[in-house]
Amino acid sequence: MTPLITTSPACATTSLEDEALVVRLTGDWQITESPPKWSQILAAHRPRRVVLQAEALGGWDSSLALFLSAARLWSAAQEVELVEQGFPPEVGRLAALLVTKPQVAAQNPRLADFVAVVGEATHKVWQETKDLAQLLGECFYSSGRFMRGQAQFRWRDCFTEMQQCGALALPIVGLISFLVGVIMAYQGAVQLRQFGADIYVADLVGLSVVREMGPMMAAIVLAGRTGAAFAATLGNMQANEEIDALETLGVSPIDFLVMPRIMALFLMMPLLALYANFLGIMGGLVVTASILDIPSSLYWIETKSIIDLSDLSTGLIKAATFGLIIGLCACLRGLQAERSAVGAGRAATAAVVTSTLLIIVSDSIFAVIFNILGW
Amino acid sequence: MNVIGRNSKFAIEVAGLECRYGERVVLADVSFAVKPSEIFFIIGGNGCGKSTLLRHLIGLKQPGQGRVKYFGRDFTHADRAGRQELLRTFGVLYQNGALWSSMTLAENVALPLELYTKLDRRERARIVSLKLAQVGLAGLEDYYPVELSGGMKRRAGLARALALDPAIVFFDEPSAGLDPITSLKLDELIRQIRDTLGTTIVIVSHELPSIFDIADRVVMIDSGARGVIAEGEPNQLRETSPDQRVREFLNRRVAVVQQQQESLHP
Repeated sequence: MTPLITTSPACATTSLEDEALVVRLTGDWQITESPPKWSQILAAHRPRRVVLQAEALGGWDSSLALFLSAARLWSAAQEVELVEQGFPPEVGRLAALLVTKPQVAAQNPRLADFVAVVGEATHKVWQETKDLAQLLGECFYSSGRFMRGQAQFRWRDCFTEMQQCGALALPIVGLISFLVGVIMAYQGAVQLRQFGADIYVADLVGLSVVREMGPMMAAIVLAGRTGAAFAATLGNMQANEEIDALETLGVSPIDFLVMPRIMALFLMMPLLALYANFLGIMGGLVVTASILDIPSSLYWIETKSIIDLSDLSTGLIKAATFGLIIGLCACLRGLQAERSAVGAGRAATAAVVTSTLLIIVSDSIFAVIFNILGW
Repeated sequence: MNVIGRNSKFAIEVAGLECRYGERVVLADVSFAVKPSEIFFIIGGNGCGKSTLLRHLIGLKQPGQGRVKYFGRDFTHADRAGRQELLRTFGVLYQNGALWSSMTLAENVALPLELYTKLDRRERARIVSLKLAQVGLAGLEDYYPVELSGGMKRRAGLARALALDPAIVFFDEPSAGLDPITSLKLDELIRQIRDTLGTTIVIVSHELPSIFDIADRVVMIDSGARGVIAEGEPNQLRETSPDQRVREFLNRRVAVVQQQQESLHP
């Protein structure tokens, strides 16, 4: 293929004349075509005077300014006289910009000392705890307004979110819960069979699913699925100044955006947990019926006998709390998002991480509380 | 003087271009030519298809008919290699800078240099500093786009567009949303870039002060006519254009309103 333009390559020829190094610059100097570098010119010479001749120069761009500024810097450092002949004035101006450019000391925050890093991290955790508490407080206020019928709350939004985090989450929550039931039954069966206690697989699966795994798995799935979506949506709205627009309209973003989402999760999570419980137990039933030869009816009776209302209610209380946590974390991260394209993405990630962490922490707190209460 | 521009009669030649927005033909039979080292404006009212035309010129959209040539070489029907080569002859400043938000200003400007030159890291850093100094952002290498004002973002976008010293720079509404002084400074910067490297400048805009300040020539497109309705020097068009729409646009005056005012205040 013929080239776009016919250029003669940039060239710098050197000659020594009376202790002076004469550098003759010819050809077209283009930054994309690797023109000569000042360090190459100097390789074999230690002159006391340098003459740069650019009379026969073709076209030029920033690469020539780079060359000239390198020559100027070198001659200033070595105290060698530099004579510039025939350079277009613009080249000199650009080279001067390169030489006089203030050297900004690179400040790398990563190199800050350890104590400062720990201090900042602690401060950040404290700040975020306060932010979360503040959002929780605002939501309480908002629910007060809601009770009095004064909140700018749109049921339509709430129903849409309920559909999103409830009905549309059924397949994935169902599949995961079923498989968790299957896994637990398998693991339990292998151990319990050694003691002839096969039937207790039903107790193992039933209790752990209803008290722990059902609500927990539903919450983890919703944190990843719905929490991330909430944070990304609010983050995007933040970037588009949509939340500012609401505020200037006198509409509380907490009433209008946060409350419908938190309420949807708060109401849907217990229902999802019930559904997850049922499918988890079904997973155990399938395994025991197929590999342990325990009749399904026996498994079902054993499950019913071991699970009482306190087991079920602890699971549902947890589920509702997890829903609240996911909603709060997701909305907080969304509202805190930077006003940029990356802001929404970071908010989504942070929402999932924070809500998963808080779900586990609150679950362990619940374990202690229920143990003390004897539930 | 930029190497690429020196031997060609025209930097850009547009012939019989048909621009579509989705299925709708927005502009038909658009033809004009831009000379090397010229500051050329594409002007017209809101929604007339200026930005769509620009997207066709820079290859983001393929025209239905017609062709665009850069320095005599067909860009519209070029093969992959030829297209890549021609793409490097121009830089584009998008409306809000279009800086990559996950990178610092230095990384934004350095990326084209990293991809298309053999400069080492130190030399790249010096060129980046030069480009940022050229646009008046010296010392802001380590800033992220989110930390900059609208005008600064645009300047940084310009530094990136200039990274490879392209022969042509396209500007999409460079002054939109800027205050008059910032806008004036940007105009001066554009003129300075042209004067320094002989860069051809094509600007899509409807900012009259900028047009009369720095434009060598303009082409005006109109949504009603779905094409070019005038081409020439802005001052000349303002006074003597036979087309009323051109005179109204450039004089910022609507004839009907003028007549009404005259009848109210004879």
